[in-house]
Amino acid sequence: MSNSDYKKPLPALEGLTQEFYGFCREGELRFQRCASCQAWRHVPREMCAQCGSMDWSWEASSGRGKLFTWTVAARPLHAAFADDAPYAPAVVELDEGVRLVTEIVNCKPVDLEIDAPVEVIFDAVTPEITLPKFRRTGL
Amino acid sequence: MANEACIVGIGETKYCRGEGSGMSQLALQLSACSAALADAGLKARQIDGIMPFPNLGSAEGFAANLGCENLRFAATINMGGAAPVASLQAAGAAVKAGAADYVLVPAGWNGYSGRRAAQTLSEQVSSIPGGAIARDFYFPYGLTSPPQWYALMARRHMHLYGTTAEQLGAIALAMRKHAQLNPNAVMNGKDMSLDDYMASPMITDPYRLFDCCLETDGAAAMIVTTAERARDLAGSPVRILGVAAGQPYPADEITNRKDIFMTGLTIAAPQAFKKAGLKPSDMDFAQIYDCFTFEVLQQLEETGFCERGEGGAFVEDGRIELGGALPVNTHGGLLSEAHVLGMNHIVEAVRQLRGECGARQVKDAEVGVVTGWGDFGDGSIAILGTA
Ligand SMILES: [Zn+2]
Repeated sequence: MSNSDYKKPLPALEGLTQEFYGFCREGELRFQRCASCQAWRHVPREMCAQCGSMDWSWEASSGRGKLFTWTVAARPLHAAFADDAPYAPAVVELDEGVRLVTEIVNCKPVDLEIDAPVEVIFDAVTPEITLPKFRRTGL
Repeated sequence: MANEACIVGIGETKYCRGEGSGMSQLALQLSACSAALADAGLKARQIDGIMPFPNLGSAEGFAANLGCENLRFAATINMGGAAPVASLQAAGAAVKAGAADYVLVPAGWNGYSGRRAAQTLSEQVSSIPGGAIARDFYFPYGLTSPPQWYALMARRHMHLYGTTAEQLGAIALAMRKHAQLNPNAVMNGKDMSLDDYMASPMITDPYRLFDCCLETDGAAAMIVTTAERARDLAGSPVRILGVAAGQPYPADEITNRKDIFMTGLTIAAPQAFKKAGLKPSDMDFAQIYDCFTFEVLQQLEETGFCERGEGGAFVEDGRIELGGALPVNTHGGLLSEAHVLGMNHIVEAVRQLRGECGARQVKDAEVGVVTGWGDFGDGSIAILGTA
Protein backbone atom coordinates (compact mmCIF):
# COMPACT_ATOMS: atom_id res chain seq x y z
CA MET A 1 0.00 0.00 0.00
CA SER A 2 1.44 3.36 -0.93
CA ASN A 3 1.18 6.36 1.31
CA SER A 4 -1.41 8.04 -0.85
CA ASP A 5 -3.90 5.18 -0.49
CA TYR A 6 -4.20 5.69 3.25
CA LYS A 7 -6.31 8.75 3.98
CA LYS A 8 -6.73 8.60 7.75
CA PRO A 9 -4.83 10.86 10.15
CA LEU A 10 -1.35 9.67 11.00
CA PRO A 11 0.96 10.55 13.88
CA ALA A 12 3.69 13.06 13.13
CA LEU A 13 7.04 11.30 13.35
CA GLU A 14 8.76 13.73 15.66
CA GLY A 15 10.79 13.38 18.83
CA LEU A 16 9.69 10.77 21.33
CA THR A 17 6.58 10.00 19.29
CA GLN A 18 8.80 8.95 16.40
CA GLU A 19 10.66 6.59 18.73
CA PHE A 20 7.41 5.07 20.04
CA TYR A 21 6.09 4.37 16.54
CA GLY A 22 9.55 3.29 15.38
CA PHE A 23 9.39 0.35 17.81
CA CYS A 24 5.86 -0.46 16.64
CA ARG A 25 7.20 -0.69 13.08
CA GLU A 26 9.63 -3.35 14.37
CA GLY A 27 6.73 -5.21 15.98
CA GLU A 28 7.51 -4.08 19.51
CA LEU A 29 5.25 -2.26 21.96
CA ARG A 30 7.50 -0.26 24.26
CA PHE A 31 6.73 2.41 26.81
CA GLN A 32 8.98 4.76 28.71
CA ARG A 33 10.03 3.54 32.13
CA CYS A 34 11.71 5.73 34.73
CA ALA A 35 15.26 4.59 35.53
CA SER A 36 14.98 6.04 39.01
CA CYS A 37 11.58 4.93 40.37
CA GLN A 38 10.67 2.32 37.70
CA ALA A 39 7.32 3.98 36.93
CA TRP A 40 5.91 3.25 33.47
CA ARG A 41 4.41 6.07 31.46
CA HIS A 42 2.42 6.87 28.33
CA VAL A 43 2.05 9.18 26.37
CA PRO A 44 5.76 9.96 25.93
CA ARG A 45 7.02 12.63 28.34
CA GLU A 46 10.41 14.20 28.99
CA MET A 47 10.30 13.80 32.74
CA CYS A 48 8.96 11.33 35.33
CA ALA A 49 6.02 13.05 37.01
CA GLN A 50 6.34 10.59 39.92
CA CYS A 51 9.91 11.45 40.96
CA GLY A 52 11.22 14.19 38.68
CA SER A 53 13.90 12.04 37.06
CA MET A 54 14.81 12.65 33.43
CA ASP A 55 16.51 9.26 33.14
CA TRP A 56 14.41 6.62 31.43
CA SER A 57 14.48 3.89 28.83
CA TRP A 58 12.08 2.29 26.37
CA GLU A 59 11.02 -0.99 28.01
CA ALA A 60 9.11 -3.78 26.32
CA SER A 61 5.49 -4.14 27.33
CA SER A 62 3.91 -7.56 27.82
CA GLY A 63 1.44 -6.43 25.16
CA ARG A 64 -1.32 -7.83 27.31
CA GLY A 65 -3.99 -5.97 29.19
CA LYS A 66 -7.71 -5.42 29.49
CA LEU A 67 -10.30 -3.23 27.90
CA PHE A 68 -10.69 -0.14 30.07
CA THR A 69 -13.44 1.64 28.16
CA TRP A 70 -14.70 2.20 24.62
CA THR A 71 -17.18 4.03 22.45
CA VAL A 72 -18.82 3.02 19.22
CA ALA A 73 -18.59 5.84 16.72
CA ALA A 74 -21.83 5.31 14.82
CA ARG A 75 -21.69 8.62 13.02
CA PRO A 76 -18.17 9.49 11.88
CA LEU A 77 -17.19 12.99 12.99
CA HIS A 78 -14.11 13.07 10.75
CA ALA A 79 -14.34 12.63 6.99
CA ALA A 80 -11.50 10.11 6.85
CA PHE A 81 -13.48 7.62 8.94
CA ALA A 82 -16.73 7.96 6.97
CA ASP A 83 -16.45 4.46 5.50
CA ASP A 84 -15.51 2.82 8.81
CA ALA A 85 -18.59 3.60 10.89
CA PRO A 86 -19.57 2.00 13.10
CA TYR A 87 -16.10 1.59 14.54
CA ALA A 88 -14.92 1.42 18.12
CA PRO A 89 -12.11 3.54 19.49
CA ALA A 90 -11.09 1.93 22.76
CA VAL A 91 -8.82 2.47 25.74
CA VAL A 92 -6.70 -0.50 26.82
CA GLU A 93 -4.99 -0.73 30.20
CA LEU A 94 -1.77 -2.72 29.84
CA ASP A 95 -0.50 -5.04 32.57
CA GLU A 96 2.20 -2.41 33.19
CA GLY A 97 -0.51 0.04 34.22
CA VAL A 98 -0.34 2.49 31.33
CA ARG A 99 -3.38 3.06 29.14
CA LEU A 100 -3.52 3.82 25.45
CA VAL A 101 -6.11 4.71 22.88
CA THR A 102 -6.42 1.98 20.27
CA GLU A 103 -8.85 -0.14 18.29
CA ILE A 104 -10.09 -3.66 19.03
CA VAL A 105 -9.89 -5.59 15.78
CA ASN A 106 -11.44 -9.02 16.14
CA CYS A 107 -14.82 -8.38 17.68
CA LYS A 108 -17.83 -6.41 16.65
CA PRO A 109 -18.51 -3.21 18.57
CA VAL A 110 -21.51 -4.90 20.15
CA ASP A 111 -19.23 -7.54 21.69
CA LEU A 112 -16.98 -5.09 23.51
CA GLU A 113 -16.86 -5.67 27.23
CA ILE A 114 -15.03 -3.66 29.85
CA ASP A 115 -12.27 -5.72 31.49
CA ALA A 116 -12.16 -8.18 28.57
CA PRO A 117 -8.59 -9.55 28.09
CA VAL A 118 -6.76 -8.19 25.05
CA GLU A 119 -3.35 -8.48 23.41
CA VAL A 120 -1.47 -6.29 20.99
CA ILE A 121 -1.22 -6.82 17.25
CA PHE A 122 0.52 -4.52 14.78
CA ASP A 123 -1.16 -2.96 11.77
CA ALA A 124 1.28 -1.53 9.20
CA VAL A 125 -1.05 1.07 7.74
CA THR A 126 1.71 2.70 5.63
CA PRO A 127 5.34 1.80 4.97
CA GLU A 128 6.33 4.35 7.63
CA ILE A 129 3.60 3.93 10.23
CA THR A 130 2.53 0.86 12.15
CA LEU A 131 -0.32 1.32 14.61
CA PRO A 132 -0.59 -0.90 17.68
CA LYS A 133 -4.08 -2.37 17.82
CA PHE A 134 -5.52 -5.06 20.07
CA ARG A 135 -7.46 -8.26 19.71
CA ARG A 136 -9.67 -9.79 22.29
CA THR A 137 -8.28 -13.07 23.64
CA GLY A 138 -10.12 -16.03 25.15
CA LEU A 139 -13.00 -15.78 22.71
CA MET B 1 -19.01 39.83 52.49
CA ALA B 2 -19.59 43.34 51.20
CA ASN B 3 -16.67 43.63 48.85
CA GLU B 4 -17.19 40.77 46.41
CA ALA B 5 -17.03 41.66 42.76
CA CYS B 6 -20.39 41.84 41.05
CA ILE B 7 -22.00 41.16 37.69
CA VAL B 8 -23.70 44.42 36.77
CA GLY B 9 -24.67 43.85 33.16
CA ILE B 10 -25.76 40.99 30.94
CA GLY B 11 -26.71 40.84 27.29
CA GLU B 12 -27.54 38.27 24.68
CA THR B 13 -28.62 38.05 21.07
CA LYS B 14 -31.35 35.98 19.52
CA TYR B 15 -30.30 32.34 19.42
CA CYS B 16 -31.01 30.58 16.16
CA ARG B 17 -30.28 27.94 13.56
CA GLY B 18 -32.08 27.86 10.19
CA GLU B 19 -31.01 30.92 8.22
CA GLY B 20 -28.35 31.73 10.79
CA SER B 21 -27.55 35.05 12.43
CA GLY B 22 -26.71 36.85 9.19
CA MET B 23 -23.92 38.61 11.08
CA SER B 24 -20.20 38.07 11.45
CA GLN B 25 -18.98 36.36 14.58
CA LEU B 26 -17.61 39.70 15.80
CA ALA B 27 -20.77 41.66 14.97
CA LEU B 28 -22.82 39.06 16.80
CA GLN B 29 -20.70 39.38 19.92
CA LEU B 30 -20.68 43.19 19.68
CA SER B 31 -24.50 43.12 19.71
CA ALA B 32 -24.41 41.17 22.96
CA CYS B 33 -21.84 43.62 24.38
CA SER B 34 -24.07 46.59 23.52
CA ALA B 35 -26.98 44.87 25.24
CA ALA B 36 -24.83 44.29 28.33
CA LEU B 37 -23.73 47.94 28.38
CA ALA B 38 -27.34 49.12 28.15
CA ASP B 39 -28.33 46.66 30.87
CA ALA B 40 -25.62 48.02 33.17
CA GLY B 41 -26.24 51.65 32.27
CA LEU B 42 -22.60 52.08 31.24
CA LYS B 43 -20.91 53.80 28.32
CA ALA B 44 -18.40 51.88 26.23
CA ARG B 45 -15.58 54.24 27.21
CA GLN B 46 -16.06 53.19 30.83
CA ILE B 47 -15.11 49.61 29.91
CA ASP B 48 -11.37 49.37 30.56
CA GLY B 49 -11.03 45.58 30.71
CA ILE B 50 -12.00 42.99 28.09
CA MET B 51 -11.70 39.19 28.31
CA PRO B 52 -12.51 37.55 24.97
CA PHE B 53 -13.28 33.83 24.67
CA PRO B 54 -10.30 31.78 23.36
CA ASN B 55 -9.94 32.07 19.56
CA LEU B 56 -13.14 34.10 19.13
CA GLY B 57 -11.76 37.61 18.87
CA SER B 58 -9.18 39.98 20.29
CA ALA B 59 -9.62 42.53 23.06
CA GLU B 60 -8.18 45.10 20.68
CA GLY B 61 -10.85 44.34 18.10
CA PHE B 62 -13.68 44.55 20.61
CA ALA B 63 -12.31 47.81 22.03
CA ALA B 64 -11.86 49.42 18.62
CA ASN B 65 -15.41 48.60 17.55
CA LEU B 66 -17.13 49.49 20.80
CA GLY B 67 -15.14 52.64 21.47
CA CYS B 68 -13.37 51.52 24.63
CA GLU B 69 -10.76 54.27 24.58
CA ASN B 70 -9.33 53.47 27.99
CA LEU B 71 -8.54 49.76 27.73
CA ARG B 72 -5.94 48.73 30.30
CA PHE B 73 -6.72 45.08 31.11
CA ALA B 74 -6.95 42.39 28.41
CA ALA B 75 -6.72 38.66 29.01
CA THR B 76 -8.12 35.33 27.84
CA ILE B 77 -8.46 32.19 29.96
CA ASN B 78 -7.57 29.22 27.76
CA MET B 79 -10.03 26.69 29.19
CA GLY B 80 -12.47 26.22 26.32
CA GLY B 81 -16.05 26.15 27.60
CA ALA B 82 -14.80 26.65 31.14
CA ALA B 83 -13.48 30.09 30.15
CA PRO B 84 -16.52 32.32 30.80
CA VAL B 85 -16.96 31.19 34.43
CA ALA B 86 -13.18 31.17 34.95
CA SER B 87 -13.14 34.69 33.52
CA LEU B 88 -15.47 35.73 36.33
CA GLN B 89 -12.65 34.89 38.71
CA ALA B 90 -10.02 36.81 36.75
CA ALA B 91 -12.32 39.76 36.09
CA GLY B 92 -13.28 39.92 39.76
CA ALA B 93 -9.64 39.84 40.81
CA ALA B 94 -8.78 42.52 38.23
CA VAL B 95 -11.39 44.99 39.43
CA LYS B 96 -10.59 44.37 43.08
CA ALA B 97 -6.87 44.90 42.40
CA GLY B 98 -7.56 48.09 40.48
CA ALA B 99 -6.30 46.69 37.18
CA ALA B 100 -9.62 47.75 35.65
CA ASP B 101 -12.88 49.37 36.72
CA TYR B 102 -15.31 47.51 34.47
CA VAL B 103 -14.43 44.25 32.71
CA LEU B 104 -16.47 43.11 29.70
CA VAL B 105 -16.57 39.35 28.98
CA PRO B 106 -18.08 38.41 25.59
CA ALA B 107 -18.61 35.01 23.99
CA GLY B 108 -20.45 33.88 20.90
CA TRP B 109 -20.21 32.36 17.47
CA ASN B 110 -22.02 31.24 14.38
CA GLY B 111 -21.90 27.68 15.63
CA TYR B 112 -24.62 26.65 13.16
CA SER B 113 -24.20 28.75 10.03
CA GLY B 114 -20.45 29.15 10.38
CA ARG B 115 -18.11 26.31 11.14
CA ARG B 116 -20.17 23.41 12.39
CA ALA B 117 -18.50 21.14 14.90
CA ALA B 118 -18.09 18.19 12.56
CA GLN B 119 -16.27 20.39 10.08
CA THR B 120 -13.82 22.03 12.44
CA LEU B 121 -12.35 18.74 13.55
CA SER B 122 -10.36 17.86 10.48
CA GLU B 123 -8.73 21.28 10.40
CA GLN B 124 -6.11 22.51 12.81
CA VAL B 125 -4.89 20.02 15.36
CA SER B 126 -3.21 22.90 17.17
CA SER B 127 -6.65 24.17 18.15
CA ILE B 128 -7.72 20.79 19.55
CA PRO B 129 -7.20 20.08 23.26
CA GLY B 130 -4.12 17.99 23.78
CA GLY B 131 -2.60 19.30 20.54
CA ALA B 132 0.09 16.94 19.31
CA ILE B 133 -0.95 14.25 21.80
CA ALA B 134 -4.40 14.06 20.24
CA ARG B 135 -2.91 14.15 16.74
CA ASP B 136 -0.36 11.42 17.42
CA PHE B 137 -2.26 9.07 19.74
CA TYR B 138 -6.05 9.69 19.36
CA PHE B 139 -6.75 10.77 15.79
CA PRO B 140 -5.15 7.72 14.10
CA TYR B 141 -7.83 5.59 15.77
CA GLY B 142 -10.72 7.85 14.81
CA LEU B 143 -11.01 9.34 18.29
CA THR B 144 -11.37 12.84 16.89
CA SER B 145 -14.02 14.84 18.69
CA PRO B 146 -15.45 15.82 22.09
CA PRO B 147 -18.47 13.46 22.21
CA GLN B 148 -16.12 10.54 21.54
CA TRP B 149 -13.63 11.58 24.23
CA TYR B 150 -16.33 12.05 26.85
CA ALA B 151 -18.25 8.94 25.78
CA LEU B 152 -15.24 6.97 27.04
CA MET B 153 -15.89 8.33 30.53
CA ALA B 154 -19.65 7.88 30.27
CA ARG B 155 -19.25 4.22 29.26
CA ARG B 156 -16.93 3.54 32.18
CA HIS B 157 -19.34 5.24 34.60
CA MET B 158 -22.22 3.10 33.30
CA HIS B 159 -20.11 -0.01 33.82
CA LEU B 160 -18.98 0.83 37.35
CA TYR B 161 -22.13 2.41 38.74
CA GLY B 162 -24.98 1.07 36.64
CA THR B 163 -25.84 4.46 35.19
CA THR B 164 -28.51 3.98 32.50
CA ALA B 165 -29.50 5.48 29.16
CA GLU B 166 -32.84 6.45 30.76
CA GLN B 167 -30.96 8.47 33.38
CA LEU B 168 -29.00 10.31 30.69
CA GLY B 169 -32.35 10.81 28.99
CA ALA B 170 -33.80 12.36 32.14
CA ILE B 171 -31.17 15.10 31.82
CA ALA B 172 -31.99 15.77 28.16
CA LEU B 173 -35.71 15.81 29.00
CA ALA B 174 -35.30 18.28 31.86
CA MET B 175 -33.40 20.72 29.64
CA ARG B 176 -36.00 20.35 26.90
CA LYS B 177 -38.84 20.91 29.34
CA HIS B 178 -37.24 24.12 30.60
CA ALA B 179 -36.74 25.35 27.04
CA GLN B 180 -40.53 25.32 26.61
CA LEU B 181 -40.64 28.19 29.13
CA ASN B 182 -37.92 30.20 27.35
CA PRO B 183 -38.94 32.04 24.16
CA ASN B 184 -35.28 32.51 23.13
CA ALA B 185 -34.52 28.78 23.35
CA VAL B 186 -33.96 27.16 19.98
CA MET B 187 -35.97 24.14 21.13
CA ASN B 188 -38.88 26.23 22.37
CA GLY B 189 -42.05 24.70 20.95
CA LYS B 190 -40.39 21.33 20.40
CA ASP B 191 -41.44 18.89 23.09
CA MET B 192 -39.52 15.68 23.63
CA SER B 193 -40.55 12.41 25.29
CA LEU B 194 -38.35 9.65 26.63
CA ASP B 195 -39.40 7.60 23.59
CA ASP B 196 -38.21 10.42 21.31
CA TYR B 197 -34.92 10.49 23.20
CA MET B 198 -34.39 6.73 23.03
CA ALA B 199 -35.26 6.70 19.33
CA SER B 200 -32.77 9.43 18.42
CA PRO B 201 -29.85 8.11 16.37
CA MET B 202 -26.70 6.95 18.10
CA ILE B 203 -23.80 9.35 17.55
CA THR B 204 -21.11 7.69 19.63
CA ASP B 205 -22.27 5.07 22.12
CA PRO B 206 -23.63 5.83 24.72
CA TYR B 207 -24.40 9.26 23.27
CA ARG B 208 -27.49 9.58 21.13
CA LEU B 209 -28.25 12.71 19.15
CA PHE B 210 -30.28 14.15 22.03
CA ASP B 211 -27.40 13.67 24.47
CA CYS B 212 -25.44 16.21 22.44
CA CYS B 213 -25.53 20.00 22.68
CA LEU B 214 -27.04 22.10 19.92
CA GLU B 215 -25.08 23.88 17.23
CA THR B 216 -26.46 27.40 17.12
CA ASP B 217 -25.68 31.01 16.26
CA GLY B 218 -25.70 33.47 19.12
CA ALA B 219 -23.69 35.55 21.57
CA ALA B 220 -23.87 36.70 25.16
CA ALA B 221 -21.81 39.02 27.35
CA MET B 222 -21.43 40.18 30.93
CA ILE B 223 -19.82 43.09 32.78
CA VAL B 224 -18.01 42.75 36.11
CA THR B 225 -17.07 45.49 38.56
CA THR B 226 -16.52 46.06 42.27
CA ALA B 227 -19.35 46.08 44.79
CA GLU B 228 -18.61 49.72 45.47
CA ARG B 229 -19.02 50.77 41.83
CA ALA B 230 -22.02 48.48 41.48
CA ARG B 231 -23.84 50.49 44.15
CA ASP B 232 -23.65 53.59 41.93
CA LEU B 233 -25.38 51.86 39.02
CA ALA B 234 -29.12 51.74 38.48
CA GLY B 235 -29.61 47.96 38.23
CA SER B 236 -29.44 45.32 40.91
CA PRO B 237 -26.00 43.70 40.95
CA VAL B 238 -25.41 39.99 41.40
CA ARG B 239 -22.60 39.14 43.80
CA ILE B 240 -19.83 36.67 43.03
CA LEU B 241 -19.77 34.88 46.39
CA GLY B 242 -17.18 32.28 45.47
CA VAL B 243 -15.45 31.39 42.22
CA ALA B 244 -12.70 28.93 41.29
CA ALA B 245 -11.23 27.09 38.34
CA GLY B 246 -9.18 23.92 38.03
CA GLN B 247 -7.70 21.40 35.65
CA PRO B 248 -7.78 17.61 35.61
CA TYR B 249 -4.45 15.80 35.84
CA PRO B 250 -2.98 15.36 33.39
CA ALA B 251 -5.01 18.01 31.58
CA ASP B 252 -3.51 17.30 28.16
CA GLU B 253 -4.28 13.56 28.05
CA ILE B 254 -7.65 12.10 28.88
CA THR B 255 -6.98 8.37 29.32
CA ASN B 256 -4.08 8.10 31.79
CA ARG B 257 -5.73 9.81 34.76
CA LYS B 258 -5.44 7.79 37.92
CA ASP B 259 -9.05 8.74 38.61
CA ILE B 260 -10.79 8.79 35.23
CA PHE B 261 -13.70 10.88 36.55
CA MET B 262 -11.50 13.56 38.08
CA THR B 263 -12.02 16.91 36.36
CA GLY B 264 -11.04 20.50 37.03
CA LEU B 265 -14.28 20.88 38.93
CA THR B 266 -13.16 18.22 41.41
CA ILE B 267 -10.52 20.71 42.57
CA ALA B 268 -12.45 23.92 42.00
CA ALA B 269 -15.82 23.15 43.60
CA PRO B 270 -14.67 22.78 47.23
CA GLN B 271 -12.70 26.03 46.91
CA ALA B 272 -15.66 27.97 45.54
CA PHE B 273 -18.01 26.72 48.27
CA LYS B 274 -15.41 27.47 50.95
CA LYS B 275 -14.94 31.02 49.69
CA ALA B 276 -18.70 31.51 49.65
CA GLY B 277 -19.17 29.94 53.08
CA LEU B 278 -21.94 27.82 51.57
CA LYS B 279 -22.57 24.18 50.68
CA PRO B 280 -24.21 22.50 47.70
CA SER B 281 -27.48 21.97 49.58
CA ASP B 282 -27.78 25.75 49.96
CA MET B 283 -28.14 26.25 46.20
CA ASP B 284 -31.52 27.31 44.81
CA PHE B 285 -30.56 26.29 41.25
CA ALA B 286 -27.61 25.05 39.21
CA GLN B 287 -26.67 26.07 35.68
CA ILE B 288 -24.36 23.22 34.66
CA TYR B 289 -22.29 23.26 31.45
CA ASP B 290 -24.15 20.64 29.44
CA CYS B 291 -22.09 19.87 26.37
CA PHE B 292 -23.38 16.30 26.71
CA THR B 293 -25.79 14.72 29.17
CA PHE B 294 -23.24 12.65 31.04
CA GLU B 295 -21.11 15.73 31.71
CA VAL B 296 -24.07 17.17 33.65
CA LEU B 297 -24.28 14.02 35.75
CA GLN B 298 -20.52 13.99 36.26
CA GLN B 299 -20.41 17.64 37.28
CA LEU B 300 -23.31 17.18 39.72
CA GLU B 301 -21.16 14.50 41.38
CA GLU B 302 -17.91 16.44 41.31
CA THR B 303 -19.64 19.62 42.56
CA GLY B 304 -20.80 17.66 45.56
CA PHE B 305 -24.56 17.56 45.00
CA CYS B 306 -24.29 13.79 45.38
CA GLU B 307 -21.59 11.16 45.83
CA ARG B 308 -19.55 9.66 43.02
CA GLY B 309 -21.70 7.05 41.31
CA GLU B 310 -24.99 8.47 42.59
CA GLY B 311 -25.53 10.93 39.76
CA GLY B 312 -27.81 8.59 37.85
CA ALA B 313 -30.28 8.27 40.70
CA PHE B 314 -29.92 11.98 41.49
CA VAL B 315 -31.27 13.14 38.13
CA GLU B 316 -34.36 10.89 38.28
CA ASP B 317 -37.89 11.72 39.35
CA GLY B 318 -37.80 15.36 38.31
CA ARG B 319 -35.23 16.37 40.92
CA ILE B 320 -33.36 18.56 38.41
CA GLU B 321 -36.51 20.02 36.85
CA LEU B 322 -38.19 23.29 37.83
CA GLY B 323 -40.18 22.50 40.95
CA GLY B 324 -37.66 19.81 41.93
CA ALA B 325 -35.07 20.03 44.69
CA LEU B 326 -32.36 21.38 42.36
CA PRO B 327 -33.55 22.93 39.10
CA VAL B 328 -30.73 22.53 36.56
CA ASN B 329 -30.36 24.68 33.45
CA THR B 330 -33.60 26.58 33.80
CA HIS B 331 -33.02 28.19 30.37
CA GLY B 332 -32.66 24.86 28.58
CA GLY B 333 -28.87 24.83 28.55
CA LEU B 334 -26.60 23.98 25.65
CA LEU B 335 -28.83 20.99 25.01
CA SER B 336 -32.06 22.90 24.38
CA GLU B 337 -31.54 26.68 24.56
CA ALA B 338 -28.37 27.29 22.54
CA HIS B 339 -24.62 26.63 22.56
CA VAL B 340 -23.28 29.98 23.64
CA LEU B 341 -20.14 28.52 25.18
CA GLY B 342 -21.61 28.61 28.68
CA MET B 343 -22.02 32.39 28.75
CA ASN B 344 -25.77 31.77 28.46
CA HIS B 345 -25.57 29.84 31.74
CA ILE B 346 -24.17 32.92 33.51
CA VAL B 347 -26.81 35.15 31.92
CA GLU B 348 -29.54 32.78 33.13
CA ALA B 349 -28.10 32.63 36.66
CA VAL B 350 -28.10 36.43 36.84
CA ARG B 351 -31.68 36.61 35.58
CA GLN B 352 -32.84 34.03 38.13
CA LEU B 353 -31.23 36.03 40.95
CA ARG B 354 -32.81 39.24 39.68
CA GLY B 355 -36.19 37.50 39.54
CA GLU B 356 -36.59 38.19 35.81
CA CYS B 357 -37.31 34.67 34.57
CA GLY B 358 -41.10 34.80 34.35
CA ALA B 359 -42.65 31.36 33.83
CA ARG B 360 -39.37 29.61 34.58
CA GLN B 361 -38.48 31.65 37.68
CA VAL B 362 -37.18 29.66 40.63
CA LYS B 363 -39.21 30.99 43.53
CA ASP B 364 -37.24 33.17 45.94
CA ALA B 365 -33.91 32.34 44.28
CA GLU B 366 -31.18 33.93 46.40
CA VAL B 367 -28.12 31.86 45.64
CA GLY B 368 -27.16 29.57 42.80
CA VAL B 369 -24.25 27.91 41.12
CA VAL B 370 -22.97 28.02 37.55
CA THR B 371 -20.26 25.75 36.13
CA GLY B 372 -18.06 25.64 33.05
CA TRP B 373 -16.44 22.66 31.32
CA GLY B 374 -13.88 22.75 28.56
CA ASP B 375 -11.23 20.91 26.61
CA PHE B 376 -10.35 17.56 28.27
CA GLY B 377 -12.27 18.37 31.47
CA ASP B 378 -11.09 21.81 32.57
CA GLY B 379 -13.57 23.10 35.11
CA SER B 380 -14.83 26.33 36.60
CA ILE B 381 -17.53 27.21 39.09
CA ALA B 382 -19.10 30.35 40.49
CA ILE B 383 -21.53 30.73 43.36
CA LEU B 384 -23.65 33.79 42.78
CA GLY B 385 -26.01 35.56 45.11
CA THR B 386 -28.46 38.43 45.31
CA ALA B 387 -27.07 41.78 46.37
ZN1 LIG C 1 10.45 8.26 38.39
